Amino acid sequence: MSIWLWIIAALAAIATLAWVGLWAARRLSGNAPRFRDMSYGVAFGYALALAAIAGGVWLWMKPGAVYFRWAVMGFAICAVAAFVFRLAGRHLGPERLKRQFRKMPLTAAFGILVIILYAVVAIFAAWIAPHGQEAVLGAANVVPGGDPAMGGDPAFPLGTDRIGRDILSRLIYGAQNTVGLAFATTLLAFFLGGALGLLAAVVGGWLDQVLSRGVDVLMAIPSLIFALLLLTIASVWADGARGLMTLYMVLIIAVIDSTRVFRLARSVGIGIVVMDYVEAAKLRGEGMGHLVFREILPNAMAPLLAEFGLRFCFVFLTIASLSFLGVGIQPPLADWGTMVRDLAQFINFAAFAPMVALAPLLPALAIAVLTVGVNFVVDWMLHRSSGLKS
Amino acid sequence: MGSVIRIVLQRLALGLLTLLIVSAVIFGAVNLLPGDFAQAVLGQSATPEAVAAIRTQLGLDQSLPVRYAQWLWDAARGDLGVSFAQANFASFTGRVDPSATVLAQIAPRFANTMFLAGVTAAIAVPLAVGLGILAALWRDTAFDKGANIATLSSISSPEFFVAYILILLFAVVNPVLPSLSNIFPGMSFGERLEKTLLPALTLTLVVTAHMMRMTRAAILNLMAQPYIEMARLKGMRPLRVILRHALPNALAPIVNVVALNLAYLVTGVVVVEVVFVYPGIGQLFVDSVKLRDIPVVQACCLIFAAAYILLNLTADILSILSNPRLRHLK
Repeated sequence: MSIWLWIIAALAAIATLAWVGLWAARRLSGNAPRFRDMSYGVAFGYALALAAIAGGVWLWMKPGAVYFRWAVMGFAICAVAAFVFRLAGRHLGPERLKRQFRKMPLTAAFGILVIILYAVVAIFAAWIAPHGQEAVLGAANVVPGGDPAMGGDPAFPLGTDRIGRDILSRLIYGAQNTVGLAFATTLLAFFLGGALGLLAAVVGGWLDQVLSRGVDVLMAIPSLIFALLLLTIASVWADGARGLMTLYMVLIIAVIDSTRVFRLARSVGIGIVVMDYVEAAKLRGEGMGHLVFREILPNAMAPLLAEFGLRFCFVFLTIASLSFLGVGIQPPLADWGTMVRDLAQFINFAAFAPMVALAPLLPALAIAVLTVGVNFVVDWMLHRSSGLKS
Repeated sequence: MGSVIRIVLQRLALGLLTLLIVSAVIFGAVNLLPGDFAQAVLGQSATPEAVAAIRTQLGLDQSLPVRYAQWLWDAARGDLGVSFAQANFASFTGRVDPSATVLAQIAPRFANTMFLAGVTAAIAVPLAVGLGILAALWRDTAFDKGANIATLSSISSPEFFVAYILILLFAVVNPVLPSLSNIFPGMSFGERLEKTLLPALTLTLVVTAHMMRMTRAAILNLMAQPYIEMARLKGMRPLRVILRHALPNALAPIVNVVALNLAYLVTGVVVVEVVFVYPGIGQLFVDSVKLRDIPVVQACCLIFAAAYILLNLTADILSILSNPRLRHLK
């Protein structure tokens, strides 16, 4: 209960601060228009921001708040990296690229930087990682941080897991497995959903009706629930073969997600089919392939590309969630969702050694940073293509 | 008024039809399994008695439509069958436990999940709508931009990431809340609430972000309307313009968003329940998936799908009721 009293007291203090501050500013500035016309709500906002900054500084000074300092430092590093990246983009490279960077918000620059970094790590994982993803290296449960006094080992900067595999190496290979599989699944979903959606738009009639109603039914079941049901059945089919299970998972998620792609591709396609140039192509006697790939697809590219980014995030999060639940990507492949689940109990020792909590949080953070980055880029793309300014 | 009832009834019938088709999909998917269904599910180590029991229980000698009709009829009467794991267990002990039915397993867990969803909704809905109004009021300020980044990040993070960060902060470093939600019958409401708070907060963070963004967008959509400009030119305060003129008109989309996000809770609840070992239906679902306990998986799937369809239906009906133009069709 005392927590609520504290919150109420803090709010009252902020409200008083806003009132006193507004009054003082009006007096001191000789009733300048800026303060004369400022409403109490705006002043309260400023007081709230001031209180938040003061609270942040106080937390930073507190010796126990390690995670807060790490979070602030991480945020600052991300912001600086994004800023430097955008600065580099504005001054290096060809003119067309420079123009892209000129109006880019910092969040989008951060997203692009993240995507490039992840792609590099995923492609060159075998060269970057110090150990193999399945290599059991002897010492189990080595604490992250590499400090021997705390139970760490400089050879394993992020420690080892329960059976002695290097966490850093598995994190790096995870980029290859988790992101790679999610990317492949999204591509598959796009080929399936996009092709059928455009086909439904071009052909229309009963084919459109059948496909659309089928998609309606599949979309009435929540996707994670449906995926879990189908995975149960797939596990009976695969009968313990782990590689086969991973393949089935990719196929199942691709089919479930292709329903969402179908919806968008169909609605975009229907808007384009009625255009005059499509009519002209039809009258010219062009075939179905030409109509879909040469007339409709190029004009549907922008919304489909933005959808690809969003869809990738969904697929990536679904795969990570399924792996976390233990029914997604199967061991011994290194994968971020499985790593979080396997390392989760380390979090209980965080009160004694703050570094320990990093072991389960880093793979989860790796998932979050990529989806946040992709979302930032998609947000910017949608904002730019819709021409929205407010 | 008569037209409203007719529209609502139409939607209800459509929802029921959807549920019927979905149940057929769920049933059909399970029957894709090849060969001897019972043997395949139970594995090689199953006793012949268990296999035989399941085979008679499922009526595998009958044709597919007959079996579907039987299953649907039983499910409608509340008989969801016997769990495979329990049937296998009973064949070893030779004793049939009356609590082995799927319904007996699901019922208490369903109540727990509803409690979790209820607590989440009670925190998330007022918070999201309030913050959404503030973001619309202070648009393009530091508050709005900060809220944009924060909500986008929280939408994009997997639920278990948010969950473990909350556990780290509120259960390990500052032990104020329990990290495991061991709920059992006979607990007092306060105790129950305390154990539910951390999973509820996790879900709140994920759901609030979505609702807040959509509330903000719904209000901003209206800000270019002539009547808003009129209100502003009258000299009304910005907050009053939003509360008196924008909010009532944005109610339909906001109600829609709230219901849709509660439907999203249905999916989110699975992962969160596993993280906090919350004894809800999502936890049971995941366990049954791993055990290949098909009757339980089918039943959970049906319940989740029904909840999802019901909430979507509610969103639909509420948005009709809150919009006079849809209420009086020409």
